This record gives sequence, C-alpha cells and structure tokens, in this order.
Amino acid sequence: MSVEILDAPEVQVLELPPDETRIQVKNLNFFYGTKQALFDVSLAFRRQSVTALIGPSGCGKSTLLRTLNRMYSLYPHQRAEGQVLLDGEDVLARGVDLAALRARVGMVFQKPTPFPMSIFDNVAYGVRLYEKLSRHDLAARVEESLRRAALWDEVKDKLKDSGHGLSGGQQQRLCVARAIAVRPEVLLLDEPASALDPISTARLEETISDLKSDYTVIVVTHNLGQAARLSDHTGFMYLGQLVEYGETDQVFTSPATTRARDYITGRFG
Amino acid sequence: MSDVSPFIPTSAPKGRPRGSRLSSLFEGLCFAAATALVAALGGLLVALFIGGWPTLRKFGVGFLTTSTWNPVTEIYGAAGPLVGTLVTSAVSLVFALPVAAGVAFFLTELCPDRLRRPIGTAVELLAGIPSIVYGMWGLFVLAPLFARHVEIPLMAAAPPGSLWDKLTTGIPNGSGILMASVILAIMILPFMAATLRDLLLSVPPAVRESAYGLGATTKEVVLSVTLPYIRSGAIGAVMLGLGRALGETMAVTFVIGNSHDFPASMFASGSTIASTIANEFTEASSPAHFSALIALGLVLFVITFTVLALARLLLGLQEKHA
Repeated sequence: MSVEILDAPEVQVLELPPDETRIQVKNLNFFYGTKQALFDVSLAFRRQSVTALIGPSGCGKSTLLRTLNRMYSLYPHQRAEGQVLLDGEDVLARGVDLAALRARVGMVFQKPTPFPMSIFDNVAYGVRLYEKLSRHDLAARVEESLRRAALWDEVKDKLKDSGHGLSGGQQQRLCVARAIAVRPEVLLLDEPASALDPISTARLEETISDLKSDYTVIVVTHNLGQAARLSDHTGFMYLGQLVEYGETDQVFTSPATTRARDYITGRFG
Repeated sequence: MSDVSPFIPTSAPKGRPRGSRLSSLFEGLCFAAATALVAALGGLLVALFIGGWPTLRKFGVGFLTTSTWNPVTEIYGAAGPLVGTLVTSAVSLVFALPVAAGVAFFLTELCPDRLRRPIGTAVELLAGIPSIVYGMWGLFVLAPLFARHVEIPLMAAAPPGSLWDKLTTGIPNGSGILMASVILAIMILPFMAATLRDLLLSVPPAVRESAYGLGATTKEVVLSVTLPYIRSGAIGAVMLGLGRALGETMAVTFVIGNSHDFPASMFASGSTIASTIANEFTEASSPAHFSALIALGLVLFVITFTVLALARLLLGLQEKHA
C-alpha cells in the first residue's frame, strides 16, 4: 500500500484506490457554533473492513463519526463544510434525504439505547420503517440479526420481553442487532464497548469482526488494544486533525508521526 | 501493637465524632418538620370526618346520589356539585391535553432556538397567574365572547332531538358547565405543557438519535419511541393536572353559574364542590348546613387524594422503568 506524505511534515495519510473506497472524506471542517472541532480532515474508509479511529478525548473522533450519517443535523448551530462522499454521493449536500441516508449508515452508541418495546420489536423497528416483510420473513430477519450480534441464544425464549430487562452487554448487542437488521452499508460504532464488562466486550468484538465480511465498519474507541485487535486500518486524531492514517499493524508498530508514537506508547492521552 | 499501621492514632478520642450534637439537632429538626406535615394531613382528615359525620349519618349514600340541596328544609344531596366537579374536570382535561402535548412537542422538537426560551417562559408565567385573575378575566372578557361566538353557534347548529341538542339546551350566556371547563382547561394547560416538556427533555438524546439513526422521521421517532418512553410519566402529569382542576375554586365560582341543581346540559348553570363551599361558607348559620359543607370537603379530599395517589404510583413506575 502506497503511503503519501502530505504537506505538513507531521501528518501521514493513507490513500485508497477508488474501487475499494466506500466513504471518501474530503477537506472536512466541522463547527459547533463558532468553535471548530474538525480541521481539514481527509480520508477514505475501505469497503468490507474495520477502520478504527483513536485519539485522546475531544480530538474529534466522535464528531467525525457523526458527520458520516449527518446525525449532527438534528442540532441547530452544528455544521460541516467539505465533502463526505458515500459511494460517490455527497451526503453533506443540501436536500439529501436524511432518513434514507441513516438507513444506509447505521450507528451504535456508547451507551446501550434499547427502545421502550419488546426485544423482537426493537430489532424489527428499523426494518418495518423501510420494508414490508411478511410476518415470517420479518421473524427470520430478526433471528438472523440477533444471531449475527451473538445474542440469539440468550434471548430466543423471551423475544416478547422488554429490551430494558437485559443486562448492559446484552442491551448493547441488541442495539447492534437492531442496527444491522436494516442491512446498512456502513456501520458506525461510537465507543461501543466502553460501558461493558470484559466478557461482554469480547463477545461484542467477535461480533464486529464477523460483520466486516458484509459491512464497512468504523469504530471509535479509547481502547488501543481493541483498535489493534479489531481493525484493518487505524486513524489517529489529535485536536481536530487527522494526524496519521494507515494500516493498523503499521500504525501500532512503527507510527510515522511522533504524536501517534507518543499516544500509542502511552506518553500522553 | 507492632503490626498496627502507624497512621491510625492509638489515642483516638472515644465516643461520637466531632460535630455530632449539631448533626443530631439537625436530624431532629428535619424529622419534626416531616412529622408535622403528616400530622397536619391526618388532623385535617379527622376534622373533616368529625365535622361531616352528622350529615353522612343522616343521609348516608344519599348524600352522594340525590341532588336536592336546600338549607331551608335542611335536605342536603351533593350529586349536583359532585357531578359538576367531575364533569368540568374531565372536560377541561379533554380540551387541555391535546394543546399541552402540542406545545410540549413544539418546544422540544420543532421550535427554532430563538423562540424556545420566550415561549417556555411564557408557559411558566401562565402557570403562576393567581386563579382569581383567571376568574375575573373569564367572567368579564371571555364569557361574553364565548357566549356570542361559541355557545350560540353551537346551539343553532344542533340537530333537534340529538344528543348534541340535549347537551346545548339552556341559556347561552357564557356562564355554566362548559364555560367553567374552558376556564379550567386554560388554567391547567401551562402546568401540563411544562411537565410534558420536561418529560420529553428527559428522554436520553442517544435513544432519540438511535431511532433517527435507523432512518426514522421526526413523526416516527415521536410516535414510536419518545411517546412510549414517557408514557407513564405523562399519565402522571395528566393526573396532577386533573388534581388541580378538581380543587380549583375561585375561577370556577366566577363562571359556573352556581346552581345546586343537577346540571342537565353543558350550558346549564352548575356548581362544583369547591365553588359550593366557597359560596356558602360565610352564610352557613345552622350546624346542619355547616356539617354538609364539611362533608363536601371530605368528598373532595377523597377524590383529589385518590387522583394524586394514582399519579404518584404512575410516576414511580416511570422512574423504575427509566
């Protein structure tokens, strides 16, 4: 993989060939009101792979994630400039159908967010919005999603129970099942394991690794070990800039920038 | 003693820790304050029961089921005020709830940022206006307009013999059950709107974002995620609004017409328990009349207490749920 060094000496960003690219971010700037949170970020997310975004708190990882499905558009005063091309279409353009975009770009949050309804209905929720499936097909879709999220065996006898009755780890896997049930093209995970115990985390990581055969997975994490285990590519962000982006092995074993090296070796962050 | 940590002073002062006398005084005062409240509640209930007992003993269940209220012959039946109370409260809820829900949704989901605070503050200010002001405004300003532009058209449009016709018989003078319900609705609206707004704000942003993240539209998020999330809390808020409507006195007294008769239609003059007590207490010269009013108070106490207890129960369920 060719590595191109951009103008600033301390920034190193990997470029992908267009046919391997699912999302191409170009010169993205992001503002919370007048405060700028992302500075000229450009990178490409590869199809059917896991990309990890790492960096200290407040570096803009989650902000970058929230531009990819326009979640920030729910809030006034938040705006993005630049381009985010999903299969070549600019999702930041005016007049984009946000609901349709978000059905293509699924998201799982830091804390589990089950809806106040049964386990079955939680998973079926997004499917019912966009597809008219027969009862049988819907049940099959729910089962498939729960199996892929490694939750099926634990909940198959209580699908009618409230989603709130599950443990934290189970709730988070329920949210993963809910997100993949609508068959998105991209799955965004915002620190999905930060509220989980080690066993739940391990199961969730297995789930994420399985998912990359079908999805473009982008995961924000504070857990460097998790990023190293899970991802094919890693982006390191600092103060709203993408400082280093490359293959995970390379970023972790021989980072090209001193910032990334200091962060990964634990000198700051 | 050699293995004892050197950081633990061996000569620690024995007995209670420093400041313990002050803290036990504080605990005692708080306990006394709380107990006084419970004692006041109990005393109130006992006094109402003792005061109302002569009436309750004399008329029994008939006190609640007959509608003759005649201080001269000393026959007291409270069905008129009782039904007046329940009907005006229920109808006011029907009027106020959709508007309150609309205000709350607008403020949390749709309102441009610039208007959010002014409208929110206006809602809270409305909730703070004394009820006597609502009553005067209702009688002098709203009632004539209401009679001319709502009651008379309603009456004229009713097909003869229909239920609508029966409900709109009477004098359309802006003084009666319907007018009282409208005033009550205006009075409980701000409270319910403010509570519903707070409930909507209590929905975690991540839950709403999750629903949006699956491709749901605003309408779908509100109907299928936000509303179920606040369901039991919203029922509690409605019950508290109902509790306020049940006990509201002055504004209702101004516009309900103050007749003890069983209200035959929505335009008929009527009374509520609270308005009856307010109107007659100064004139109650005989012990029997006095006792009848106290018994009315007991009935209102029981109704309101039941409604509030239900509200507590539902709000408690919501907290456990969340």
